[in-house]
Amino acid sequence: MTPLAAIIRRDIRIALRVGGGALIGVLFFLTVVVLMPFAVGPDLKLLARLGPAILWLGALLASLLTLDRLFAADHEDGSLDLIVMSRTPLELACAAKALAHWLAAGLPLIVATPVLGLLLNLDATATSAVALTLLAGTPALTFTGMIGAALAVTLHRGGLLLAVVVLPLSIPVLIFGVAASEAAISGPLSFGTPFSILCALSLASLVIGPFAAAASLRHGLD
Amino acid sequence: MTLTDLANPTRFLALTARILPWLAAATALLLAIGLVQSALAPDDYQQGATVKIMFIHVPNAWLSMFVWGVMSIAALGTLVWRHPLADVAAKAAAPIGAAFTFLALVTGSLWGRPMWGTYWEWDARLTSVLILFLMYLGLIALWRAVEDPSRAARAAAILTLVGAINIPIIKFSVDWWNTLHQPASVLRMGGPAMDRAYLVPLLVMAVAFSLLFVTLHLAAMRNEILRRRVRALQMLQASGRPA
Repeated sequence: MTPLAAIIRRDIRIALRVGGGALIGVLFFLTVVVLMPFAVGPDLKLLARLGPAILWLGALLASLLTLDRLFAADHEDGSLDLIVMSRTPLELACAAKALAHWLAAGLPLIVATPVLGLLLNLDATATSAVALTLLAGTPALTFTGMIGAALAVTLHRGGLLLAVVVLPLSIPVLIFGVAASEAAISGPLSFGTPFSILCALSLASLVIGPFAAAASLRHGLD
Repeated sequence: MTLTDLANPTRFLALTARILPWLAAATALLLAIGLVQSALAPDDYQQGATVKIMFIHVPNAWLSMFVWGVMSIAALGTLVWRHPLADVAAKAAAPIGAAFTFLALVTGSLWGRPMWGTYWEWDARLTSVLILFLMYLGLIALWRAVEDPSRAARAAAILTLVGAINIPIIKFSVDWWNTLHQPASVLRMGGPAMDRAYLVPLLVMAVAFSLLFVTLHLAAMRNEILRRRVRALQMLQASGRPA
């Protein structure tokens, strides 16, 4: 098994077992969506109109919540130092870790979307549009969020600092994610334009994220 | 005199001590000229006297972006050349940039009240400047989260560079999201669309505010160097004292 596959396998295993906490993200997502009707009222029409925005915000916050552990756990038990010193390029190792994190924590959010869409009175088209945009957009959230996670671990600060640093960077993803969902539901724009820009953002962050995170780890760990 | 000569903080302090009074005087003079010219500029036929807010607003908005550029160059200095003063420059620039951004937002909002009938409008430019302000605050929060300045410097440098890549993307997304603000009227194809009566004071003010930034930045860098020396002396004293 190549080192990268080993990292991915190991991270997914850790995330899914006791103490991993990947599925807590889904629970958080569910809770945020359930809270929304209490804030805006049980009006089903209004909920259906706000649905894509609520789902996107919930997914954004849920993925932010789990990012904290992306490097922190490895830093605590010392395996991060081994990864930094190993012969595998650190950029690739970071990309593998982010991919594993997305598989363990991001994918369950997308799987949960249809159920949450029912709660928000979204029809089948709307739900599948939101799920598709989340599938294209959440990698961007994970890969840009990874930069914040790497900075946080080198500074021994997590939580709020990570959120403050990462959230402004995720604004483009939020804009195009919600815009593509809305376009698929009500028009007048075509779905293709915002959706392809969303994919472009994901691809760009796939490149920028690992390099910035690796640079941060290299310069920051001592 | 090259950048490497300036790497010695003592030499930098000596040089800036000589330059700063002149810079401050030039800034004050140009600001005075610019303010008098702005006050004497004719009222706009549509906007009335509120057009004069522009003479403060536009230089602040330009500088809000320029300062991030300065910080990005300083970030490269920290990461690539390990220039000892680069992180001092980056750290000193962040609060100044945040202040310019804040002033651009406030003056814009004061202008928007009589013109658009509202203090705040979620239009593309306002929104992207607000996001820029948030990013400045995040960067300052990062600087303030860590005690060791060199460790904070490397983290802040990476965040600054990621921000420099992301700010144009955010700007583009927000433009796409919504646009209501008037299009650019100074830097555009075919020369400025603005009357000379407004253009001249605006350019004077732009130069004056840029000089103000340089003055404040150098002064803040001096303070930061002195602050680090005080910190080092305090740590030395604390470690020298018997337990």
